[in-house]
Amino acid sequence: MTSGGSVMIDSTGLDGLIQELRRRGFRVVGPTLRDNAIVLDEIAGADDLPVGWGVDVAPGSYRLRARNDLAAFGHSAGPQSWKQFLHPPRQMVWSSDEPGGSAEAVPEPRYAFLGVRGCDLAAIAVLDRVLAGGSHPDTSYTGRRDGVFIVGVNCTEPGALCFCTSMGTGPRCGPGYDLALTERVDGDAVTYLAEAGSEEGAELLAAIPHRPAEPAERAAADDEIASAATKMGRQMPTGDLRQLLVDSRESPHWDEVASRCLTCGNCTMVCPTCFCTSTSDVTDLTGSHAERWMEWASCFELDFTFVHDGPVRTSGPSRYRHWLTHKLSSWHDQFGTSGCVGCGRCIAWCPTGIDITEEMARFARERDDD
Amino acid sequence: MTETLTGRATTAAMAPVPYRVLSRVRENADSVTLHLEPVDSALPNALPGEFMMLYAFGVGEVAISTSGINSDGTLTHTIRSVGAVSAALCAAAPGTTVGARGPFGTSWGLAAAAGRDLVIVAGGVGLAPLRAVVLGALAARHQYGRVILIAGARSARDFLYTAELAAWQSDSRLEVHMTVDVPVQGWPGETGLVTEPLRRLHLHPDRTTAFLCGPEPMMRFGAQALLAKGLAECDVRVSLERNMQCGVGWCGHCQLGPLLLCRDGPVVGYDVARPLLEVEQL
Repeated sequence: MTSGGSVMIDSTGLDGLIQELRRRGFRVVGPTLRDNAIVLDEIAGADDLPVGWGVDVAPGSYRLRARNDLAAFGHSAGPQSWKQFLHPPRQMVWSSDEPGGSAEAVPEPRYAFLGVRGCDLAAIAVLDRVLAGGSHPDTSYTGRRDGVFIVGVNCTEPGALCFCTSMGTGPRCGPGYDLALTERVDGDAVTYLAEAGSEEGAELLAAIPHRPAEPAERAAADDEIASAATKMGRQMPTGDLRQLLVDSRESPHWDEVASRCLTCGNCTMVCPTCFCTSTSDVTDLTGSHAERWMEWASCFELDFTFVHDGPVRTSGPSRYRHWLTHKLSSWHDQFGTSGCVGCGRCIAWCPTGIDITEEMARFARERDDD
Repeated sequence: MTETLTGRATTAAMAPVPYRVLSRVRENADSVTLHLEPVDSALPNALPGEFMMLYAFGVGEVAISTSGINSDGTLTHTIRSVGAVSAALCAAAPGTTVGARGPFGTSWGLAAAAGRDLVIVAGGVGLAPLRAVVLGALAARHQYGRVILIAGARSARDFLYTAELAAWQSDSRLEVHMTVDVPVQGWPGETGLVTEPLRRLHLHPDRTTAFLCGPEPMMRFGAQALLAKGLAECDVRVSLERNMQCGVGWCGHCQLGPLLLCRDGPVVGYDVARPLLEVEQL
């Protein structure tokens, strides 16, 4: 079969897909159940997937829920995103030679990501623009990113905090996948409509047990995805959000949001596109071996903007304003795209339940009242 | 400090290139000028306004604008000691190996100001990046109309490049005004902010380009004084300072509104800077 065709696979085929990827040397990462959450980690087979588990999310809340079917992808976004694999939380970017040593850089694993939603696929594209699209590509990022095999999953059951439709990133996976699956649940039977988005994806599909998809099956999958688009739990206000936030720089509403914001930085950690890092230089006790590390940083940290006479953004309102404005406004100026993909993670993992869509609706109302 | 920075990097843009300190000149109580030569291969020459990330071994990196116009692969940087890294760089004796990455950022755009009068306004260590403008203008003096330098400092002892400033004062190709906040006995010059001599200037606003560097309030008031004389905002160029860690647009620390100052700055037109500087804690 060629790129763009579609076939049906069943649960055995899904396991076959994982095994075939592993056989080809990929480290397969997908959703799995751990610590009362659905996290992303290396999986050895379909048994590692969170079969029969869903999640209930609300502002400041994330709870596992047992489903009454055997869906493996019947859950919305968890606390992690693919950024932790492509742009690790902590990495050494340079070290001086160790005297007498000849440490070789450990080759990066070639990842296969299984279960990438439309929102998260768009988030990977955003990271590509930020870290690889400028005049100084981050070669440690591109080294991990190049050759990643992506198995997307079209959403048929959005969560209560999802708003990918507003951001134009889902529920159907956009470009960039090698394979896209649509999970079809019928009682205890689970099947997957699989579409290839690349030659490598088509070739892989041909290597696992499958049968041709009936036109009715394709139509039913399309209907479920179309229906999902109307079931988003959240909606971002329409209009020019970039200009709305430029015009709202001096709004009194920043103080009100900040009265609820703990400046903890959770939103930046769970966000699949927040990319900021801090660099630290260290030596060992001898003073002759030095290392440079890059670690995830958050614009909510007080010293994020430190210059020699102190931080620039000392107040909570200024730091929340920066985060929200960067995400939805200045990201366009800097990278030609929005920094928000509508996954809803920042709402679920905010300890005080601040809702990015509600805050934007508030600014939009202020604008309309003026 | 070690004599070598040879190392391995997972991402070349973050790897410091070794430079040796050729000379270290003390400028005032807290600032020195380092002249650096490459240990192996040299980085591209920096244009006036562009900056390097300078690395003190094991201590860290800071963003420092070029103070010279070097075409031989060497680097000239004036560094004020304000923290651990800048203190370590200021302490780097001749022969020490330090690291450099760059050049990064935008330039003053001196070439684009050919045919125009230049007004150069420096506050304190802000003269360091502007020294490259003065040197560039002098090197191609016939390309410019009047070249006016206004340099301010807290006191007479706080000026950078005192010998050079004295030479520039007696150089007929330049108009130099020096002013201090706090006069000491024997100070022959002016007392007050840089805006005082600035306000007295008679300028042709349509053919004047201004370059400002210093504390943000100084640049705001200086720019206002120039706008009051009829200069267009885009003809007033300012060099802005924010926290910089990567220099290459990945780390996010240097944002000022829509700008990534390591990439879109540090030098920007006041038409871009004004609406951003007017918002507190942006």
